[in-house]
Amino acid sequence: MSVINYGYALAQGLIQSMERDPNVFVFGLGADDHKELFGSVKGVLERFGPKRCFDTAIAENGMTGVAVGAAIAGLKPVHVHIRADFLYLALDQILNLAAKWRYMFGGQMNVPIVIRAVIGRSWGQGAQHSQSLQSFFMHVPGVKLVMPTTAYDAKGYLTAAIADPNPVVMIEHRILYYINDEVPDEYYELPFGKAYVRKQGGDVTIVANSYMVTEALKAADFLEKQGIYVEVVDPVSLVPLDEETILDSVKKTGKLLIVDCDWATCGVSAEIAAIVAEKGFGSLKQPIQRMGSAHVPCPVSKNLEDEFYPNARKIVWKVYEMLGKDLPKEDVPLLTHQFKGPF
Amino acid sequence: MTPSSSYLDSSAWNELFRKMLKIRLAESRVAEIYPTDKIQSPVHLSLGQEAIAAGVCHALRPDDHIYGTYRGHGIFIAKGGDLKKAFAELYAKNTGCCRGKGGSMHYVAPEVGLMGCSAIVASTIPVAVGDAFAAKYLGLDRVTVAFFGDGAVGEGVFFESLNFAALKQVPVIFVLENNNYAVHSCVKERHKVTELYKFGEGLGIKGIRTDGFDVANVYANMREAVQTVRGGGSPMVLEFMTHRWAEHVGPGADHNEKYRDRALLNLAIERDSIQMAKNTMKRGLGFSDDDFLRIENELKAEIDEAVGFAEKSPIPDKKELYEGLFKERI
Repeated sequence: MSVINYGYALAQGLIQSMERDPNVFVFGLGADDHKELFGSVKGVLERFGPKRCFDTAIAENGMTGVAVGAAIAGLKPVHVHIRADFLYLALDQILNLAAKWRYMFGGQMNVPIVIRAVIGRSWGQGAQHSQSLQSFFMHVPGVKLVMPTTAYDAKGYLTAAIADPNPVVMIEHRILYYINDEVPDEYYELPFGKAYVRKQGGDVTIVANSYMVTEALKAADFLEKQGIYVEVVDPVSLVPLDEETILDSVKKTGKLLIVDCDWATCGVSAEIAAIVAEKGFGSLKQPIQRMGSAHVPCPVSKNLEDEFYPNARKIVWKVYEMLGKDLPKEDVPLLTHQFKGPF
Repeated sequence: MTPSSSYLDSSAWNELFRKMLKIRLAESRVAEIYPTDKIQSPVHLSLGQEAIAAGVCHALRPDDHIYGTYRGHGIFIAKGGDLKKAFAELYAKNTGCCRGKGGSMHYVAPEVGLMGCSAIVASTIPVAVGDAFAAKYLGLDRVTVAFFGDGAVGEGVFFESLNFAALKQVPVIFVLENNNYAVHSCVKERHKVTELYKFGEGLGIKGIRTDGFDVANVYANMREAVQTVRGGGSPMVLEFMTHRWAEHVGPGADHNEKYRDRALLNLAIERDSIQMAKNTMKRGLGFSDDDFLRIENELKAEIDEAVGFAEKSPIPDKKELYEGLFKERI
């Protein structure tokens, strides 16, 4: 067990997967450069050489197609994207081909590709360097989808994604890369379709994912001091989704707030709200609430950007509103992690 | 490049001819059945383009991989796919090559190297390149072929794929079937440069344009390309000039529509692959009309059997709707 950050945990998982299976390779823009994709491919080139770790042209759709073909022919590609926004360019290959290849051909073939994409935020990343695309991959059948929150998740879900015989999209949040966690040194995998209760509580259920889990936990700590106990549920795996853990929590609290690091409209939070409304309506004591990014492109000005994203303070306010209580006099400290610098 | 076709012996001609005629007869049967609505899937026929599928696939080994498009009946047959599974798929039956889930646009026969067909124009080009990349990575000496039409070269992914193939020198051959029309848009309305085989040159991919009606010519050019590529040579573009007899989608002809060029049709009629093959085989190899009739009857019997199989096969059970999305880990 070592305490390492998210990026290094990913690198460790990748290296161990590549040691176990000679057909695993990693490629994508910057996969072999000195920036090491925020540390997530650190040491891979040195260890495995350019055959198994290489850069590509900026050609997201074509390179995804290459991954699909390589997977059909027996390899296990890990395709990396420094910014998730560029996945829009690859949606044809991911959603029209990879997601459909097995079903469309009657279940006789499979496409074991892993697509890793990083959500940017901070330092004015703006409209085209800060998006997260989880709703697309949850909407279209045929792709597994995970959003690891901790370094422990990051390693365990990357290894599981590589070992999985299906297309897996893994969306990682840039800010999470700075958070350390205890990570086993040896190879391990974590299961798809299992949600994690990050904090237990009986007053309100907060379902949050990725970076919003850390904001929800900050809110939960503040609320606890005020005598309010929220339960924070982190699905991590959105496809398949562990509905049971969410429904069990709502059964306990009767109140649900969903916080997604994406727009709410037609998003993951809309889907989770619909599931709970359909299958857990009897447990609900009041309307489901959702929080997501403001429904505009992400602005650069810090003042506007702060308004754009949900945060611990806004979550606290929302919980007070849901409980029909007056806001506390004490302000919620905002220790939002940020990265600085051009990239 | 004008490689000699003189090495084609009688048995090679016989095989090429049978492949072309099988495609012609099978697709003619599809067109015949279509008005009965037993085939509930759009069909994109390759009538008129048979020589390309036959000539290209004849130059390949069974373990070589090919990828195609929604116009995929011809390559399925030419690569050796099971005709019963092909017709059963058109009938969307459980015994079809996709168990009734793919239809005409998604033929597949991995057992003979047809790894998949896609209805999104150009989308299997990078997939074929990735497949070839895998062959090189794994140290296998097979080659991979991407079949696509002239419409596909307008897609960005065509450029992206050729660039990667050239950069990594993977064993892939790009077979461009130029029938002049992307649905109803002719090449000159879509491109300033209409010599499409040249598109890869700036990327380091050699291309040739050649006749796609003469099966011996298709085969000879493909054979030479396979020798080059299998030996570790650069990937290539082979542009075969051809003509689609049927409408873009559907069983009918649309030669009187405004978008069609009458001169091209006349050329295609004059250069009918099957008639040209018959002439050559009669002239130089001693085949007779009786031989052709016998072959035709044999193929028709095979098609009858395949149609009968499709008719009698069960439809997929409703419970199969949710099957086959994800593969379970073993």
